[in-house]
Amino acid sequence: MADKRTYEMVFIVDPNVADDEVMKLSEGVQKIITGQGGSITKTEMMGKRQLAYEINHKKDGTYVLLEVEGSGKEIAEVERRMRVNDQILRYMTIRVDEDRRRADKLKDRRARKAAKQPGKGKSKSAAVDFDADEDEAIAS
Amino acid sequence: MSSNYEDRDLGFEQYDRTMPRGPRRLQRRKICRFCIEKVDLIDFKDVKLLQGYVPERGKILPRRISGVCAAHQRMLAEAIKRARNIALLPYAAD
Repeated sequence: MADKRTYEMVFIVDPNVADDEVMKLSEGVQKIITGQGGSITKTEMMGKRQLAYEINHKKDGTYVLLEVEGSGKEIAEVERRMRVNDQILRYMTIRVDEDRRRADKLKDRRARKAAKQPGKGKSKSAAVDFDADEDEAIAS
Repeated sequence: MSSNYEDRDLGFEQYDRTMPRGPRRLQRRKICRFCIEKVDLIDFKDVKLLQGYVPERGKILPRRISGVCAAHQRMLAEAIKRARNIALLPYAAD
């Protein structure tokens, strides 16, 4: 539990809430997280966009994205508060560190494979060199 | 009853490559575009990408049609479901 985890947190704010109010809300969330010992690595206001379906009879909403690093305790706290907040239509937190690690691993493996490919070519050229030597030996 | 059997034969014919009988649709080899582009992670926020895999009805496009490989289809399905949860994609569209 002590290990660091990375989460992606998205929440949708009521479209009638003003932009600076949304900012304040986001800052409030960040404060809770830092207060609980987590840290914010990225914040992004995705702006107002149309919802794919109505939530609480609202057709659009303001999306806010946060990237949080922490143990998971602060996520529980923030989600508890979001549940109570009427301005927040929907929230979702996703743990991303594991998926990212896997993606990095795949990328690594591919890079190593790519590095191996020229190596293969080299050994081939070495073989050619060897052949050339042989030819020379025969010539002499 | 005889018509029933004919139906079944037609079904088998799709799998039987040795006897191409009757008008068969030309099947192109399907390839996974995520494998070609070397995608390791499909982000649920990439609505433009995901929309290509949810036809009008809002359902997830099956792999047998899109040609996406199993590993990437799994990632894709997960991303689509996440996008649905936060109203980036519809659960069902009429």
